[in-house]
Amino acid sequence: MAKSARPRAANPRSSAPKPAAVAASVPDVSAALSSPVEDDATFALRSLQQAHANNKRYDASDAELLKFYEQMVLIRRFEEKAGQLYGLGLIGGFCHLYIGQEAVAVGLQSALNEGHDSVITGYRDHGHMLAYGIDPKVIMAELTGRGAGISRGKGGSMHMFSTEHKFYGGHGIVGAQVSLGAGLAFAHKYREDGGVCMAYFGDGAANQGQVYETFNMAALWKLPIVFVVENNGYAMGTAVKRGSAETHFYRRGTAFRIPGMPVNGMDVLEVRQAAEVALEYVRGGNGPVLMELNTYRYRGHSMSDPAKYRSREEVQEMRDKHDPIEGAKQELLKRGVSEDAIKDIDKKIRQQVAQAADFAESSPEPDMAELYTDVLVETY
Amino acid sequence: MSRRMTMIEAINDALDVTMGRDPAVVIMGEDVGYFGGVFRATAGLQKKYGKTRVFDTPISECGIIGVAVGMGAYGLRPVPEIQFADYIYPGLDQLVSEAARLRYRSAGEFIAPLTVRSPFGGGIFGGQTHSQSPEALFTHVAGLKTVIPSNPHDAKGLLIAAIEDNDPVIFFEPKRIYNGPFTGAYDRPVEPWNKHADSEVPEGYYTVPLGKARVVREGEAVTVLAYGTMVHVAHAVCLDKGVDAEVIDLRTLVPLDIETIRASVRKTGRCMIVHEATRTGGFGAELSALVQEHCFYDLEVPIERVTGFDTPYPHSLEWAYFPGAVRIGEALDRISKD
Repeated sequence: MAKSARPRAANPRSSAPKPAAVAASVPDVSAALSSPVEDDATFALRSLQQAHANNKRYDASDAELLKFYEQMVLIRRFEEKAGQLYGLGLIGGFCHLYIGQEAVAVGLQSALNEGHDSVITGYRDHGHMLAYGIDPKVIMAELTGRGAGISRGKGGSMHMFSTEHKFYGGHGIVGAQVSLGAGLAFAHKYREDGGVCMAYFGDGAANQGQVYETFNMAALWKLPIVFVVENNGYAMGTAVKRGSAETHFYRRGTAFRIPGMPVNGMDVLEVRQAAEVALEYVRGGNGPVLMELNTYRYRGHSMSDPAKYRSREEVQEMRDKHDPIEGAKQELLKRGVSEDAIKDIDKKIRQQVAQAADFAESSPEPDMAELYTDVLVETY
Repeated sequence: MSRRMTMIEAINDALDVTMGRDPAVVIMGEDVGYFGGVFRATAGLQKKYGKTRVFDTPISECGIIGVAVGMGAYGLRPVPEIQFADYIYPGLDQLVSEAARLRYRSAGEFIAPLTVRSPFGGGIFGGQTHSQSPEALFTHVAGLKTVIPSNPHDAKGLLIAAIEDNDPVIFFEPKRIYNGPFTGAYDRPVEPWNKHADSEVPEGYYTVPLGKARVVREGEAVTVLAYGTMVHVAHAVCLDKGVDAEVIDLRTLVPLDIETIRASVRKTGRCMIVHEATRTGGFGAELSALVQEHCFYDLEVPIERVTGFDTPYPHSLEWAYFPGAVRIGEALDRISKD
């Protein structure tokens, strides 16, 4: 696939589905009665999986790979800093770190059109925001509950939004964001803006009933949505095999005729290439895709989780052999990118994260009057 | 025989005692088995009673409660845990339409003897999805009982009573006081339970009956109605201000011990209601209406309600939202005038 496949916002209508496509796809009972259901021969259940298998890794330029590396390092250093601030008591309550999963958000979202395609996720949301170019300062300030935070301190780690970037949260209730994602996709289609929605959820959330109600509607109405299961192996303390009858999450759309794709979420180039395949399908007006990104979180579920449900060796093995940042770094070196160029990025990111932390520590708490703002349109 | 316990230990002990006595009792929920619960309420129980009686469920609240209703109808006594009260809403349909009405619509042939345990309330910087107090949603539903303990002794006795009860019980556990009573002094270290009289918990089996309030402190000046964490907060403010308050811990909201409330308000002529949940349509509104109906001619001043604000629970400004010493103190001043 050509590198220029990434669509631009300049003329979103060019890639829009047919006008009034939503109205047309709302089921017409008489048509349904008279025409047979699409038969299995034409059901391309595994076509995307095969397309990805044929061409596994994205052919990134050095500059692109450096950019992926930089974004992944930003997420990791940001999350490490957040962990430190939590330890110092500057961040309270719940804080879920994305360390280990960086290649997922970076690989997928680099294929999206930031500010045009919408993204929605659960509570482990810092990485998705950073991958979408949102300023680390206002994210960190939200974590510390300051007025300068992106939700003015009232949302906290799990509840953050940016309409400017079309980032729709940041949701603390497991799985609840998936249905919202279908609504975003419906609106993209209805408004014919050519955008798609990327809706992330975890292996744990994949067992919520509303996820399947959403699958059915999204497929029925051919909504432009990419469902992304970030399978990090553990729903809090419950290993996938202890909580899921079907542990291959990419198969879970089969009953709704949604094609699935299993993807190695620890290799940013594989992730990016999978995104290319998925997005081509979705942008073509074919309806949803279900991607399963196999990944791993190095830290506990949240800051209060000692992660005793898995062995230290298991975590170390992932860190040593599958780390997405180390993998990208080795690839850069192999291509002949200088160690200095990589070090420069590391240094720049450290400064950026330090500045974000300073900002988050020194900004004041929100004004007391903020308690009653944004509850309803009116103040009362 | 008795020993000192935290709320968590007392709840764990209640589960242990009921499981030991009745093989129909089963525990289910997200991370309750292998992991022992995020707040450790079910720690050690899977090891002791096995995976058939203490088991992990997927993250599927609607399914968890629905399955528990079916288990209950067929003679089991399920105790599902909903990890946070904020997660209970997907299961609301099953609670409202099935659990609460099974007895009624089967003319008493089928029952739903489940006890849904769930940590609730704020004070731990949980923000809007880990801090809510949704008790009024459940007290509004005919056919459900709603229980909220405020200390280890009651937590154990009430939980055993709830599990043995043949009706569905929503058992909300104030998570802020799991490991120590909380007087609202958020900037001071947590006081452990073992310094508190109510952490003395009898060994083995006993119950605290549902529908019986407890007078925590007798007094003449004003009746304070509270439950859960707010019992401790309100009590501490009354002591600080030297108000001779009669502090009543409701313990169960449905069924409600109106007799104890009536006797107290008749004596004091003043009534203050404290809860952490939002104000409009909160359980305080029901209490206020009941006190007015039962004690109108005894009231000397209007009833005071001190509650959470009618806003989502904020991440920042948590202690401004929390109905703590300042707001309770002001209400006490207003109600004590004349």
